[in-house]
Amino acid sequence: MIARVRSVALIPALSVVLALLVGAMIMILTSPLVVDSFSLTLPLEAYVAMISGAFGSLNGIVNTFANATPLLLAGLGIGIGFKGGLFNIGGPGQMVIGALVGTTVALALNDASPIVAIPAALIGGMVGGAIYGFIPGALKAFTGAHEVVVTIMLNFVAFSIISWAVSGPLIGTGVTFARTDDIQAAALPVIIGRNGHLGILVAAVAVPIVYWLLYRSTTGFEIRTTGANPDAARYAGMRPRGVIVLTMSLAGLFAGLAGIIQILGPQTGFLAASYTAPVGFEAIAVALLGRAHPVGIMFAALLFGAMQAGTNNMQILGLPPQMVDILQAVILLFITADIVVRRVFRVREQAGELVEIASVSRSYGGGGTGTAGT
Amino acid sequence: MSADRPAGSPPLLEMRNITKRFPGVVACEGISLDLRAGEIHALLGENGAGKSTLMNVLYGLATPNEGEILMDGQPIEIASPHDAIERGISMVHQHFMLIPVLSVADNILLGDEPMRRGGLLDKGRAAETIRELGKSLDWEIDPNRPVGQLSVGWQQRVEILKAIYRNAKILVLDEPTAVLTPQETREIFEVLRRLKAEGYAIIFISHKLYEVLEIADRITVIRRGRVVGSRRPTETNEDELAEMMVGREVQLTVDRGESHPTTAALEVDDLVVRDDRGREVVHGVSFEVRAGEIFGIAGVAGNGQDELVGAITGLRKPQSGSVSLAGEDVTGAGPRRLHRLGVGFVPGDRHRFGMVMSFPIADNLVLNDYYHPPYSRGMAWNPEAIKADAKAAIEKYDVRTPSASLLADTLSGGNQQKVVVAREFEGHLKLLVLDQPTRGLDVGSIEFIHSQAIARRDAGVAVLLVSAELDEVLELSDRIAVMYRGRIVEVLDGRTADKEDVGLLMATGGRESGIQEQVVEDVA
Amino acid sequence: MEALYDIPVIGLVIQFVVYVLTQFPLVAPIIVAGAVPIVLGALCGFMNERTGVVNIGIEGMMLIAAFVAWWGASLASEVIPIRSGPLGITPALLIGLAAGIGAACLISALHAWLSVSLRADQIISGTIINLFAIGVTGYLNILVSATAPPSGGQFGSINLPDALTDLPVIGLLLESFIEVGPIALTMLISVILLQFLLYRSRWGLRTRAVGEHPRAAETVGIDVIRLRWRNVVMGGIFAGLAGAYLTIEFGDAFQSGMTNGRGFIALAALIFGRWTPVGAFLGALLFTASVGLERSIRIAPPPGELGELLTAIPGEFYNALPYLITIIVLAGVVGKSIPPAADGKPYQREGKAA
Repeated sequence: MIARVRSVALIPALSVVLALLVGAMIMILTSPLVVDSFSLTLPLEAYVAMISGAFGSLNGIVNTFANATPLLLAGLGIGIGFKGGLFNIGGPGQMVIGALVGTTVALALNDASPIVAIPAALIGGMVGGAIYGFIPGALKAFTGAHEVVVTIMLNFVAFSIISWAVSGPLIGTGVTFARTDDIQAAALPVIIGRNGHLGILVAAVAVPIVYWLLYRSTTGFEIRTTGANPDAARYAGMRPRGVIVLTMSLAGLFAGLAGIIQILGPQTGFLAASYTAPVGFEAIAVALLGRAHPVGIMFAALLFGAMQAGTNNMQILGLPPQMVDILQAVILLFITADIVVRRVFRVREQAGELVEIASVSRSYGGGGTGTAGT
Repeated sequence: MSADRPAGSPPLLEMRNITKRFPGVVACEGISLDLRAGEIHALLGENGAGKSTLMNVLYGLATPNEGEILMDGQPIEIASPHDAIERGISMVHQHFMLIPVLSVADNILLGDEPMRRGGLLDKGRAAETIRELGKSLDWEIDPNRPVGQLSVGWQQRVEILKAIYRNAKILVLDEPTAVLTPQETREIFEVLRRLKAEGYAIIFISHKLYEVLEIADRITVIRRGRVVGSRRPTETNEDELAEMMVGREVQLTVDRGESHPTTAALEVDDLVVRDDRGREVVHGVSFEVRAGEIFGIAGVAGNGQDELVGAITGLRKPQSGSVSLAGEDVTGAGPRRLHRLGVGFVPGDRHRFGMVMSFPIADNLVLNDYYHPPYSRGMAWNPEAIKADAKAAIEKYDVRTPSASLLADTLSGGNQQKVVVAREFEGHLKLLVLDQPTRGLDVGSIEFIHSQAIARRDAGVAVLLVSAELDEVLELSDRIAVMYRGRIVEVLDGRTADKEDVGLLMATGGRESGIQEQVVEDVA
Repeated sequence: MEALYDIPVIGLVIQFVVYVLTQFPLVAPIIVAGAVPIVLGALCGFMNERTGVVNIGIEGMMLIAAFVAWWGASLASEVIPIRSGPLGITPALLIGLAAGIGAACLISALHAWLSVSLRADQIISGTIINLFAIGVTGYLNILVSATAPPSGGQFGSINLPDALTDLPVIGLLLESFIEVGPIALTMLISVILLQFLLYRSRWGLRTRAVGEHPRAAETVGIDVIRLRWRNVVMGGIFAGLAGAYLTIEFGDAFQSGMTNGRGFIALAALIFGRWTPVGAFLGALLFTASVGLERSIRIAPPPGELGELLTAIPGEFYNALPYLITIIVLAGVVGKSIPPAADGKPYQREGKAA
């Protein structure tokens, strides 16, 4: 068991270490712009600040978990997509529509009891996201339109929809920019610290559910079979088209849940027309860092959440918060270019290592959806 | 081989002690081979013996770990196909290296295009070149037609023209007859003899004994990556070559025994099927397969067999007509219902349909039974039951693997096919559909699968065998249907059918000899 | 003419067409100016995808190029005194342009390394580039803006003689396409040149071959890896031009995330144009025309019923239209768009691994 975890987690862990080194180099190179002269200690100060920001206090730790929550949920959605052979770039769009539907429900129930309003809003978010995942799934299954391009396009359509909805029908009273009224009854109660809201628990429960679904259920077997070989799935009497639609809908469902929890949480509390859910993109990195496994995704989300929780402290040093985006991109770079990691740390490739992710986008070109000809 | 070497000039080409290792496998082990101008040297070996790897080394597609290549006695280095072409080596690959959307001319000239100034193509000169090239072999060829519209036989010719256009001295043909009818094969042999007379040196790769005996001047046999020996066709015979190839005495013909057919198990009536592009490629086919017989369908690939099999096995919905199984109408039924009714199906492309290579062997064994007890209850999965049954199946079907939890990818081709067979040959079978069941397998696995198929027939199962390998159909079938352009043109008795007759029917749909037209409208 | 307006439905359609035709000359410059970076981005995608490399990182490449071109011009203008040449070309701007193109080519080289040499998933590679671009340009922009750098200026427009621009129709076309500036002109030339070379040159034939069936190309002696590398890196030139256009020709300032999805519309235009330069060009024009239409409806809505109808459609609809059209084209509802067969598939040479 330990050996297995090591073989799966070693490269991601080392990628993080290398990315921190690259981040340090960028900070040193740009230090004249930050502290007016080259500083070799700036990265060290920055990382210490980041760690203390993320773990140094109760609120820091809670913020880590709160930031990880939408990343984890959206990451699970994208991970399910990967298992089903689908590359879902539509996280932002699904989160936006989930947030929009969920917020609409929440605003309608503003005077209701939280016991009714919270589940209703969460379900609204899930339904909205699932519908927005269903569309590219159905297009892929029945017309062969590649989900990568379709979901990219649908993101922008979603941004138009939310911009219209929030600056029009949903606009709040007496607001200074295009946003809704504050959400009342459905606002997620804080359990611990300043931002420790109920949504964190929802995300925590989602991990075992997704694990069971993927690895311990017949539906998961169908998703994984369709993902690995849609022709074999059809041959085996599964319905790959239906499975593709289901997979994308599930992916959207979790992204939608991520979106509405982000809105209902104490860090937001209302929906703005400019909400574009960049978490949906970052979740791709989370899913890949976690090797598309629910438990891996959980750790990856916590790492990214901690980095984000640490940015406030880094900003005090004069470092722009975008440093975290750079680090995330570089982590993903090293996971993808794992040959670099292996060279640097002299890690040998093991037989039978996880290679499933390497082939997720194989069918971009001519047809190959494997569902033709009924 | 040194005995063959006449005194004087060194051979045109010599490969010395070529060794090529892949992770975990040695594909070639110290293979030496020589070739002279004006000879056809056949390389004979089973699937997976290392022939193709050796030729990939010669063609610069694979880098050998050891060994050297000499041309006219001088060591040369071939690091890429570009180098090989420069040295006058051309290769006709087993899987055609043609680009369907490009024209015949573009395909032939690609890589050595006639140019005008400024990096622009000279299309006029290109077309002229192709026409002349075709004429030199008496082929009338339209340079502007997209290659994707040509029949398999004509694609083969385009491949040969490609080689000649590059002024090759050495021509390597990797299983060139695999997809051809006997008549087309004879035609290719004519061309090869002509080229030989013109001074070309030809390496001819095959696993068909009678072919190498007919065409080759010398035969080198390879087994498991090593040279077993060399023979001249006049000094040897099929039995000896087969034994060299396989490493033991081989029964060249299957002992299929008597069949005792009873009632019709599968009835296909006036079936019309369309292909993926929506064109009708099966035009009203009717036949029946009786319980206890093997019914073979012969035909050149792309004459509608794939679509017919698809319609019978539930992968494809027929346009019209009916399919019934033991009297029950199953027209348009899906794979799951058919499986439950007792249809076993070994698909033609096991990598595409039969298996999920990234799954454990155990999961592959329950691919179409996973959804019911004991393997699952409701939505919940039962890994213990799956593993236990997998262990039993692996033993029964002699799948060589240390564990059922290893990935299917780790198995050899023969063992992968045994996994498919273990899954499909079990249960209360009524009908067994075998589509190219032994393609690409070693002789041992072929024998195993053939004997299993005959055993099922004798147990009263109806067996439908579809194969582009005419020899396989002839060996196994009790009755043979020939499919040509989406129709069954004739049904013959399997014991009395003449290979020439069947070949002619496959090539022309009738019994008059003639060249297949250049363009077929039904390219699969 | 007016008599036709009263016919139900058809009358409205006729009114709409007349409205578009009368408004077109007014919004044409907006349409073209908006289309330039999209066409250039699509040409970057074209160079990638025709050789079989999917590039969803165009957006990121453009963003980085936009920042570097702006910053480069700004830094250079501090060192080199501004000496304006024709078309407002200054040494500082040229340095900025070169820096922007260089940066985009460098990022393209990263894409080539990941997706061609390492055979990584090409979508992941593009995602890395997009994430990195947002991070690095945002990070540097905050730091650089704090130093209040001077503007590096911007390329001027090309002034054609009145004799040409006064010509009916042709004059308008010349004005719209050529007067925008040197980068826009480069775009126009590139589209025509690449379209011609794709079908008439050896490079074009080999590129198509490698995008369709790389192994077949390799067996006739074409170095697939090298051709893919070359095309991907050269694609960076166009992403660089696209980015630079935003910060040193169309405008003269950089804002965080200013590409604002243009790289993705470029991808859409490429798909809409069936992976050809001219097709992508027309696609980009169609997409920006939708935005131009929205603007003209807002500023000068047509009178009567049609005006009421058009102003009732939310402006966001026109923004979403390009994306919706792309989805429809991809789904094959109107003439299916099919990518090169090997697009997105890493190529591995046989037996080279051991």
